[in-house]
Amino acid sequence: MSGNAYQGGANRLPGKGRLTPAKTVRFSFDGRILTGLEGDTLASALIANGIHLMGRSFKYHRPRGVLSAGAEEPNALMQVSRDSARYQPNVRASVQEIFDGLRASSQNRYPSLACDVGAVNDALSPLFSAGFYYKTFMWPRTAWNKLYEPVIRRAAGLGESPKEADPDHYAQRYAHCDVLVVGGGLAGLSAALAAAESGASVIICDEQPEMGGALHFDTSIAVNGETGFDWAQKTAARLAFMDNVRVLTRTTAFGYYAQNFVGLTERVTDHLALPSPDQPRERLWQVRAKRVVLATGAIERHMVFPGNDRPGIMLASAARIFLNHYGVAIGAKVAVYTACDSAYEAAFDLQDAGVRIPVIVEARDRPGGTLLEEARTRGIEVLTRHAIASTKGRLRVSSIAVVPAGASGKGRDIEVDALIISAGWTPSVHLFSQSRGKVAWDAESGRFLPGVNAQDCVSIGACAGTDDPVALVEQAVEAGLDAANGAGSEMSGRPVIDIDHEGSDAGSWSAGLVGAVGAPESGKAFVDFQNDVTAKDIRLAVREGMHSIEHVKRFTTNGMATDQGKTSNMHGLAIAAETLGKPIPQVGLTTFRAPYTPVTFGTIVGQSRGVLFDPARKTPLHACLETNGAVFEDVGQWKRAWYFPRAGETMHAAVSRECRTVREVAGLFDASTLGKIEVVGPDAAAFLNLLYTNAWDKLEPGRCKYGIMLREDGFIYDDGVVGRLAADRFHVTTTTGGAPRVLHHMEDYLQTEFPHLDVWLTSITEQWAVIAVQGPQARDIIAPFVDGIDISDDAMPHMSVREGKICGVPTRLFRMSFTGERGFEINVPADYGQSVFEALWERAEAMDACLYGTEAMHVLRAEKGYIIVGQDTDGTVTPDDAGLSWAVAKKKPDFVGIAGLKRADLQRPDRKQLVGLKTKDPTLVLEEGAQIVADPNEKIPMTMIGHVTSSYWSENCGRSIAMAVVAGGRSRMGETLYVPMPDRTIEVEVTDTVFFDKQGERLNG
Amino acid sequence: MDSPVGVERLHPLHGRRGGGAAVGLTPAQAAVRISLRAKPDAVSALSGGLGLDLPTRPKTAVVNADGTRSALWLGPDEWLVIDDGEHGGSADLVKALADTGVLHSAVDVSHRQTAIMVTGEAAAETLAAGCPQDLSLKAFPVNACSRTVLGKIEIVLWRMADDMFRVECWRSYSDYAFAFLSEAARDAKA
Amino acid sequence: MLLIRCPYCDESRPEIEFRHAGEAHIVRSDKMADLTPDEFERYFFLRDNRKGDVYERWRHIHGCGRFLNAVRNTVTDRFLMTYKAGEPRPALPDPQAQAAATEGNGQ
Repeated sequence: MSGNAYQGGANRLPGKGRLTPAKTVRFSFDGRILTGLEGDTLASALIANGIHLMGRSFKYHRPRGVLSAGAEEPNALMQVSRDSARYQPNVRASVQEIFDGLRASSQNRYPSLACDVGAVNDALSPLFSAGFYYKTFMWPRTAWNKLYEPVIRRAAGLGESPKEADPDHYAQRYAHCDVLVVGGGLAGLSAALAAAESGASVIICDEQPEMGGALHFDTSIAVNGETGFDWAQKTAARLAFMDNVRVLTRTTAFGYYAQNFVGLTERVTDHLALPSPDQPRERLWQVRAKRVVLATGAIERHMVFPGNDRPGIMLASAARIFLNHYGVAIGAKVAVYTACDSAYEAAFDLQDAGVRIPVIVEARDRPGGTLLEEARTRGIEVLTRHAIASTKGRLRVSSIAVVPAGASGKGRDIEVDALIISAGWTPSVHLFSQSRGKVAWDAESGRFLPGVNAQDCVSIGACAGTDDPVALVEQAVEAGLDAANGAGSEMSGRPVIDIDHEGSDAGSWSAGLVGAVGAPESGKAFVDFQNDVTAKDIRLAVREGMHSIEHVKRFTTNGMATDQGKTSNMHGLAIAAETLGKPIPQVGLTTFRAPYTPVTFGTIVGQSRGVLFDPARKTPLHACLETNGAVFEDVGQWKRAWYFPRAGETMHAAVSRECRTVREVAGLFDASTLGKIEVVGPDAAAFLNLLYTNAWDKLEPGRCKYGIMLREDGFIYDDGVVGRLAADRFHVTTTTGGAPRVLHHMEDYLQTEFPHLDVWLTSITEQWAVIAVQGPQARDIIAPFVDGIDISDDAMPHMSVREGKICGVPTRLFRMSFTGERGFEINVPADYGQSVFEALWERAEAMDACLYGTEAMHVLRAEKGYIIVGQDTDGTVTPDDAGLSWAVAKKKPDFVGIAGLKRADLQRPDRKQLVGLKTKDPTLVLEEGAQIVADPNEKIPMTMIGHVTSSYWSENCGRSIAMAVVAGGRSRMGETLYVPMPDRTIEVEVTDTVFFDKQGERLNG
Repeated sequence: MDSPVGVERLHPLHGRRGGGAAVGLTPAQAAVRISLRAKPDAVSALSGGLGLDLPTRPKTAVVNADGTRSALWLGPDEWLVIDDGEHGGSADLVKALADTGVLHSAVDVSHRQTAIMVTGEAAAETLAAGCPQDLSLKAFPVNACSRTVLGKIEIVLWRMADDMFRVECWRSYSDYAFAFLSEAARDAKA
Repeated sequence: MLLIRCPYCDESRPEIEFRHAGEAHIVRSDKMADLTPDEFERYFFLRDNRKGDVYERWRHIHGCGRFLNAVRNTVTDRFLMTYKAGEPRPALPDPQAQAAATEGNGQ
C-alpha cells in the first residue's frame, strides 16, 4: 500500500485504462494525502491506492467498501469538501471525480474508520431486527426525548449537514426540444444521432463525465471498426457540434413529470479544482420534450449470501470499469460468485490483465454458451451449483467458504483479496415508471420491463430488455427516426452504426433472481447495504404479516435509503415472493419516485436566494424617503416607510411626534402602494354597482366615494375610495395587499358573469406615485404648485377629484383623508414622483410639517375609527359588523354578496361587532389579538367574546386607544369588559370607534 | 413627451448596465405606453387612429413604418401600444384614439412599466433561465410577443430581432428583473 | 408542470402562466337577492369534487388574462379539452378516443 510504484496508485496497471498517467491529482482521504489520476472517481483512486475500506454501514456500523462504480452505490458515502464552507455529506465515492485539493472523509464512524465504537451495534444486532424502531421506541415515553432521539439517532447517521451558508450559486434553465434522450450509452447515442441527423432538436444527457454508458467497461463491442468507447466519444463530439443538439454530461435526469416535463441536474463545477466564480455549481434543466427516449440502461445486482458486504466484494461490472476504464486492479486474487454470464467476461478481463482468478462459484447448473469451456481453457476453476457460505476478513475480504448449493457445513476455504459478484441485471425503469408507465413482468427473462406508456416516450436498449447490441442499435435508430418524424422533422436517411460483437451469448445476460433466493438462514446476507437490511429481515417481515411489498419495504426499510434500492429492490421482492410462495408479479413492485438520485437543495432553489428570493418592490419615492431617514417595513413584497426617527429618537417618540405634527401642521406620506384600477367604458358605473355594495350611478364626475366590496358570502373583501373622473371613467383604489386579488376578482365577474357590460379594467397601481398631504396646512403646502385646479374648500370639497397639473406634470388630485384632517392625495406619473415630492417637501419642511410613515398612519386612522381591511376584519366580518351598513345600498337588485348578506347567521344581533375599547388605566396599551371576556373570574376555559384588532398609544388623545370585535358589541356601550393577560387582567370600557374629533369638523379644515 | 421643463422622467433603472460578452442588458428609453382595450369591431378604426394595423393574431407585435410605434397583442381584446414619444405624449395618443369615435378603453400606463433590452447571441438563453416558454426562433419568431413569467414576476416579452428581446415589467419589479437577468447572463453562453 | 392549451392564445402554454379558478358551469342566478338559503348553499358552498373528468375554470392570468374552461381528469392530470368561457358545457370526448389518447403514443 505504500510507495507509488506507478503514477496514481500502486494498483494502477501500466497500459490499462483510459486515463493519462502523467496527469496526476492530489487529494486526501481521512487526512491522508493520496495521488490519483485526472478522470478518477474517488472510488477508483482509492482502490488504485489499495484502499477498499470506505465507510461504515448505517445501522450496524459494519466496514464497507465500494459495491459499484456508478450512481447506484449504496455503501461508499463520504463527506467531500473543497473548503470550510463547501462540504457535502453522503457523496457517492463512485460518482465524485477527484481534483487537486479535494478532501474526502469517511462518515458514520468514531473515532476512526478502522476502529469504530459504533460497531458494537453489529454485535447487538439481534436487538435491531426488522421493525425494531416500531417495536422498541414505543416505551417508556420519556425515553424518546432523552435517549432514543439524541443517542440512537446519532449512532445511526448519514454524515453531518454543513453549518455555513452555501457560498456557491446555482442556475436554472428551461429548455424545449423535439427529442430528449436520457442516457448516452450505445442505445442513447444511436437514437440521438438518428434523430439529430433527421433535423430534430435533440437534448441528450448522461450522468457520467463522458458518454458511453456500458461501453465504459464492455470492451467486447466494436462500432464502425473502432472500440465502442472511442465511437461513443466521437459520436458525442459530432452531436455537440450540431446546432440542433445539446449534449449534457454529468447530467442526471432525476424526475419525469407530466406531459414530458423532465428535470435534469447538471453538475458543473464539482469536478473542478478551480471553478470560475461565474460558473454555477449545478444547473437545473427543466426540459419539455415532444418525445422522450429512455435509454437508461440496467443496473447489476449483487449476490445475497452471508458476509456479502465485506470491503473488496463488489459487482463484476464495477471491477470491469475499474480495470478497463480507470486501469485499476481491484485485487491480486479475485474470486467470482455469480448467477449471470456477464461476470465471466469480468473475470476474463481481469485474468488477461494479470489478476489471478482462484475460482468462479457458479450458482446455476452451468453458465450460458461456451463460457464454462472457455473458463476451463483459461485454467480457471468453475464450481457450478455452488454457493458461498461465509466470508472472512475484518476490514477487507480475505477468504470465502464455498459449499455445494443447498449443502450445509463449513465448506472449502479459498483465500482471496477481492470477490466479484453478479446476480443479473435490473433494467432501469425508474424514469419510465415515474412517467406513470406501467411495467410488465417478463417471465422468460425474469425481469420487469417497460409495458404500457403513459406519455409520449419510448424505452430502448438495456432498460427495455434489449440485450443484443445489434438488435439494440436497430431499435435505437428506429426510435430516433420515429421521434424526429413524430416531431415533424424530415427524414434524411439513417446513420451507419455497424456492430462487431464478440461477447458471450447475449440472451443470457439476465439470470433472473437466482442470487437472491436460497441464501442460507445463518449469518448476515445483505439485501440493502445502505440500510443494513438482510434476507432474514425480509423473511421475518413476511412472517410477521407484511404481505404487501409496500409494507415489507416500510417495515424493513429495504430500498428506503438514499440509493432508493437500486441494487436491492428486486432482491427484496424475490425473497418476499419466495417466502409468500407467490410469483413475483403478484407481490408487485414498489413505486418509483423522483428524484432518481439525490438532488441538492441548491439546484432546486436555483437563483431564488438573496435579493432574488422574493421581489422587493420599492415605490417611486423610496430613494428620497430613505434620504430623509425612513425606517422601512415589509408589507407583502413592498418596502414601506414605517417611521422617520430623528437623531436619538425611539420609534415610540418618532411616531408620537409624527401623529402630533400631522394634526397640528401637516405631514407628507407615501401612499403609492395603494392598489389602483382604472375602470373605463359606458357601463363602468353599472359594473361598479355590481361589484360594490354602494350605488354609483349618482356619483358626479369629480366626486369620490368610499366603497365596500364583498365576497359572494357577504363578508368584506376589500375597501377603498373610488373617484369618478368622467361619466365613463373611474379611478378605483384598493388596499395595498388587496390590489392583485381585487383586480382578479373584478375580472372574474366581468369576464364570466357580466360579459355583456361594456367596460374594461386596467391596473394603474404603478402608473401613479401618490403623495398624501394631510393636516390643517395641507392646502397651503400644495397651493403654489397646483396649476389649473381650484383647490378652495368650496370648489373642491372633501371627497372630490380633479385632473390638472402639479409642478408642471399631470396630476389626479384627490381631496380625501385617511387621517381625519384636511387632506389631499396627489397622484403623479411615477417617473415624476421623486421630483414632485422633493418640491413639496422643501416647502412643507419649511412650514414645520413632517414626513410620516405607516405606523403614524395606522394610529391617525384608528383615532378616527377608520378600519383597515385585513386588520380589523378577517374574512368573517360583514359591513354591519364593522359599523358600515350605511355603505350598503338598500335598493339595488343585485351586487356581489347580496345573497350572502341575507343569510340568517349574518343577521344575528349577537354577532361580533366592531367597537372601541378604552383601558381603565389610560397608559396601558392592549396587545393586538388579545382575547376579551365578560367575567374575569370564570373558570378556565373562559368564554371569549371577542378580540382586540387594533391598539395604539394615541399622542393626540393622551391615552391608549383600541378597536375590537366583541359579541353584541354595539349594545355594550359603556360596559366594562376584561382582557386577561398572563401577568394580569386589564379592565376596559366599551366605546364607539371614534376617539378624536367626533364631529369630523377637521376634515373640512 | 409630456415631460415639462425642469422635471425629468426618472427611469427606475437609471444608470444600470449589465450582462457580458454574449448578452447585454440595457434599460430601454423612456416610452409612451397605452393599454388599449377594444372589441373586434373597433380594431379597424383604432388601427387608423394609431397609424398601424393592430395585430389580431395571438403572440404578435406590429411596428409602424418608421419604427416609432408598435402594438403588441396581449389578449383577444388587449394591446400594449408603445410609442417613442418623439411626436407627442400619452395624452395625444389617448386623444387620437378617442377621436376615432369607436368604443374602446385607452389607459396611460407609460410610467407603470419599464423595459430592459436583452441583446446578443445569448439573449434567448439568458431569458430561458426564468421564462418557461419555448424561445426558439421557430416557436417565438421575430415580433412574437407575449405576457409571460420571468422567475417570480410577470413580464411582457417581445422579440424585436433574432438576438434582441424587450422585457417589459412593472416598475417596482424592475429591480428584480434586472438582477435576475444579470444573474442569468453570468451563466448563459450562446 | 402541466401544459394547458389556451383557447384564446391558440397555443399550449406552461402551467405557471395560469391560475386555477374552481369548478366551471356553476350558474350565478340573475335573481341573487331572492335565493333561498338552500339555493345559496348549493350555489356557493357545495362542490362535487369528483374523481375523474371534471369541468373547471382556469385563468391565463400571466398570458392573455382570459378565463377559460377545461375538462381535466383528476386521476391522470390530463387535460381532455379547453374552451372559451361562456361556451356551453361540451360533451366529453368518447371514451375510446380518450383511451387512445392515454395509451397510444410512444411505441
